[in-house]
Amino acid sequence: MNLLETVRSAIEAIVSHRLRSALTVLGMLIGIAAVIMTVGLGEGATSSVNSAISSLGTNLLIVTPGSSKSSGGVQGGFGSATTLTYADSLALGTHIVAPAIKAETPTTMSFAEVKAGTKNWSTQIIGTTPTYLAVRDRSVTIGSFFTAADVKKQTDVAVLGATTAEELGLGFDPIGQTIDIGNLSLTVVGVLNSAGSSGATNEDDMVLLPITVAQSQITGSDSVQNIYLEATSQGTLGTAYTEASDELLSMHQIKTPSDADFTITSQSTIEATATSVDKTLTVLLAGIAAISLLVGGIGIMNIMLVSVTERIREIGLRKALGATPAAIRGQFLVEASVLGLTGGLMGAGIGLIGAVVLPHFISNSIAIEWWAVAGSIGVAVAIGLGFGVYPATRAARLAPMEALRSE
Amino acid sequence: MTTSSPEVVGTNLEGPLSEHTLEPAGATPIVSLADIHKDYQTGSITVEALRGISLRVDDGEFVAIIGPSGSGKSTLMHILGCLDHPTSGKYLLAGVDVGEMDERALAEVRNRRIGFVFQQFNLLGTLSAARNVELPLIYAGFDRRTRRALAAASLDRVGLSHRMEHRPSELSGGQQQRVAVARALVTEPTLILADEPTGNLDSSSAEEVLNLLAELHQAGRTVILITHDIETASTAQRVVRIRDGLIQSDEAASR
Repeated sequence: MNLLETVRSAIEAIVSHRLRSALTVLGMLIGIAAVIMTVGLGEGATSSVNSAISSLGTNLLIVTPGSSKSSGGVQGGFGSATTLTYADSLALGTHIVAPAIKAETPTTMSFAEVKAGTKNWSTQIIGTTPTYLAVRDRSVTIGSFFTAADVKKQTDVAVLGATTAEELGLGFDPIGQTIDIGNLSLTVVGVLNSAGSSGATNEDDMVLLPITVAQSQITGSDSVQNIYLEATSQGTLGTAYTEASDELLSMHQIKTPSDADFTITSQSTIEATATSVDKTLTVLLAGIAAISLLVGGIGIMNIMLVSVTERIREIGLRKALGATPAAIRGQFLVEASVLGLTGGLMGAGIGLIGAVVLPHFISNSIAIEWWAVAGSIGVAVAIGLGFGVYPATRAARLAPMEALRSE
Repeated sequence: MTTSSPEVVGTNLEGPLSEHTLEPAGATPIVSLADIHKDYQTGSITVEALRGISLRVDDGEFVAIIGPSGSGKSTLMHILGCLDHPTSGKYLLAGVDVGEMDERALAEVRNRRIGFVFQQFNLLGTLSAARNVELPLIYAGFDRRTRRALAAASLDRVGLSHRMEHRPSELSGGQQQRVAVARALVTEPTLILADEPTGNLDSSSAEEVLNLLAELHQAGRTVILITHDIETASTAQRVVRIRDGLIQSDEAASR
């Protein structure tokens, strides 16, 4: 009995039990669709997090105050210490001290309500220097950024994020307008380009002002929140890290590196952490989907066993007519894998439709992973085959006479 | 469920088989049974269904095996059809010892050598008459076109060429049994085994089917008919009576 005939009679048998076959396929279908969508969801999340992280700027090192390890005494939370200063940042910007560091920018950060005319808006207030643009890979679309002279002379000027300008009613003609933060009045000199949101922070919703103004008028302290460092190239990131670390240790008069009162992280470490979190999530979701595939497979086995019992006379007859055990086994195996394949194909179809339609209803993006689609169809057939082996073997082993005699 | 031991104890009788039969020895017989025993184990009780059957059927014979229910005639039919193994004894089908064969070889013997006609017709309800008749040809490995042609010829032979595409449920009992006969014929088997072929039919359909078997016999085929009904058995040329697992009589049918 050739394969074509086997497939033909398998399809005949499946079609003649429409409802039962449809329900069996449904179990498989749900499993496969779930696999494709969860893998897509995981991959989509990973790639969006990665693109957000890389939008921080390449070759970036971030210095935050406070030690990453506990060293006795009262330790503030990560990033809450006030050990970094504008002077630290300026020192790291010196090429003789740190030749691998191309540029640095310190930032102070606080939240405040900003007023412009009748409008007001709560946003983050960031004090920084003109190198911010280069280090954070941003640009100004309207007007210009404040200058080094503005920082030195503590000029009361501000650059707005696109969203902030919009919310303050300054989207149309912001240059020269005045905004108020508490008692401080600032003149708007420019608006940043739009960068989109990255995770928790909205890169378009902020007010930038000279760090000297921010320190004297808003935070009232000479500490800074972060120092962003740009290495001269990706290859010098390691060198830049060492240079920054050594310089800060000597400036803070700390002898042993393990006592450091600052932490330096690179973009790649953040990315690795975020990616590993996403991978864990993907594995978890895929695990749940795999369980539903397993249930689908057991469904196929169940139906095939019922089918063997129900068609015991047919099996006996086929054997009496000259079917070898191999032919009977083949028939039931093909039947099981056709069920698996049908479920796989339909599940892939539904999964793909879901991957296209769902992002319109939820905020997450779903990446279509063709390896997951092809893989899960393959897995569906394999599950059909695997779970079909036992029923098929039982069918093949039936004694023809016993089978024919049964009612 | 009764289980049977598939083990075959070859008694290896080298002596003339005619010793066990009434027919004179001639060319190779189609069926040659020598001292066939068949025991069934039901729990701790052993049931002896066949207690030493020796039988010879020659080419072109039409033999009826008759006996009441429980006589062992169905067991005999299963052994004749290679659907079951005897507990002991030797069975030569067209000179070949089937006791030595594995499942695969037995499948081939059933496919090529034997054409079955069952009481329950045993047609597959999802297939057309033509596809049902094609089934043994599929297992014999014929290509589709040849199968089609052979099935059509066989259905024509039983007078059902106008019912080729009908499903069994669309046919009368007599027509269904004729489809089954067509299926039994299609591989040109050495032996046609009919097990109570008229048991589920009304008298006119039964007569039709019996006439068909008689015609096949006249055309030179070897037919073994198993029945409990004397009238049905009288269609045959020779009647073998079986009772309690033993052959009681073996004589030419009285017409």
